[in-house]
Amino acid sequence: MNAIEIRNICKNYGDCKALSDITLDISEGEIFGLIGPDGAGKTTLFRILATLLLPDGGNASINGTDVIKDYEKIRCSIGYMPGQFSLYQDLSVEENLDFFATVFGTTIKENYDNIKEIYSQIEPFKDRRAGKLSGGMKQKLALCCALVHNPSILFLDEPTTGVDAVSRKDFWNMLYRIRESGVTIVVSTPYMDEASKCDRIALIQHGRIIETGTPEQIKESYPYTLLSVKGKPAYPMLRFLRRCPGIISCFSFGSEHHAAIDPKTTDERTLAGLLESNGFKNCRIKEIKPTVEDCFMQLAGKVTDNTLRIK
Amino acid sequence: MTGENGNIIEINGLTKRFGSFTAVDNISFHVRKGEIFGFLGANGAGKTTAMKILCGLSLPTSGEGTVNGFSINGEQEQIKRHIGYMSQKFSLYPDLKVWENIRLFGGIYGLGFKELRKKCVSIPESLGMEDYADKSVSSLPLGWKQKLAFSIAMIHNPEIVFLDEPTGGVDPETRRMFWEMICGAAENGTTVFVTTHYMDEAEYCDRVSIMVDGRIADIGSPEELKGRYGEPDMDSVFRKLATKAKRF
Repeated sequence: MNAIEIRNICKNYGDCKALSDITLDISEGEIFGLIGPDGAGKTTLFRILATLLLPDGGNASINGTDVIKDYEKIRCSIGYMPGQFSLYQDLSVEENLDFFATVFGTTIKENYDNIKEIYSQIEPFKDRRAGKLSGGMKQKLALCCALVHNPSILFLDEPTTGVDAVSRKDFWNMLYRIRESGVTIVVSTPYMDEASKCDRIALIQHGRIIETGTPEQIKESYPYTLLSVKGKPAYPMLRFLRRCPGIISCFSFGSEHHAAIDPKTTDERTLAGLLESNGFKNCRIKEIKPTVEDCFMQLAGKVTDNTLRIK
Repeated sequence: MTGENGNIIEINGLTKRFGSFTAVDNISFHVRKGEIFGFLGANGAGKTTAMKILCGLSLPTSGEGTVNGFSINGEQEQIKRHIGYMSQKFSLYPDLKVWENIRLFGGIYGLGFKELRKKCVSIPESLGMEDYADKSVSSLPLGWKQKLAFSIAMIHNPEIVFLDEPTGGVDPETRRMFWEMICGAAENGTTVFVTTHYMDEAEYCDRVSIMVDGRIADIGSPEELKGRYGEPDMDSVFRKLATKAKRF
């Protein structure tokens, strides 16, 4: 069954089309990722689903309830963690949690089991003011406040932005445990490597959904042969590769380059020969499977203004 | 201006305390002229505090050091004049036009009238955005804003530029385009000091340092670090070091 159904949602801010014709189904109990850069429309979509913003067109329902007509009912059944830290900095950890519980007509005690696992990590600091917490602790408190009224759907808007690689991993482990209790989680992120941690994802850019599916499905539909190319010096090699015949696109991925090729025009051996005869050292080329980031760039490239693209 | 050993930054025993909390704990390192230096660390490890001192925005509690030949203990104003800086938050004026931003920041860095007029044409030209010079910055796509912010940070031809998480939240292609600008600047001899949470970007640096709990846990080229810890990529190296953190 679908926890969330979104049909043709549009939202404009003046001339800016923040969301164009968004249609999505999100199933009960899954972790659904909205993957896209700043300005793609992720927050606007969250605010519409959390009943904080009215769409200009289209409709959406949560647990079968309309987000416009029945917004009051929806607010009791969802938890929303906005991108900006939005707890009360002057209240203590415990006071914040108590406040959010009270607003939803419940108590910490009543739903303690729900938050126990995360809250126990910050409970030793329950008298500390929220403004004095470290980034990781703030995030845990915000998550507790979003869960304290036992919602069936959790909206998390960029919970890991600006968070270091270690804390991000911890955070995802918390999400998996929340999913086990049956909560549907919709999470947005600009980090492409987090896409593969979701059950299903939608890639979003310029207010449009450019692809939906499981991370595996999206990777399987990548249309080109992809090569990993390593060698020194890396940056001049990148520029050289882009000028080679049969190269559709070429981007850096850490210590290697990913080159999409047309197999009719070039192959590993031809490229290796070209690189070596032009003085590049320690060249290693092998065929690889694409990552979600490769797919995002390929799909986004089809809709981006070409003057902006790397030539 | 660099020392005889070719180092543009030399830091010895740098410490910064806030009350009883030691944010930066006796760190020493150097940055060579012309390299891309990645300054990595978990949230709360002390990166921003250290970087503020290097940029002349804060004084150390103890320790010595020079940036571009100027002392971090008494020549802050000279440091500010001679470095480029691009902050994490987009810091151009969105309501001003592209050329107005160039003129404002160029003026602040003391460029003469003639040079300012030249820059107002040459910067948009070099970025391929001549047609946008007279448009407000808020109307530009994100990728162009980032490119413009970088060019403006370099407007006074500094020998070193500090970039604080320049690619956070940026789409994958723009992120790479931005790094190609960084590599281009480094090829032209500019030293780049950069922080990031994307560990694939750490691989593009000549050398990186990893801060944990106010100290530098290790420093070296990505190749050296990967070898030392027996890990295939910088993400794993970072995790190995950063999980030792005691600070919360």
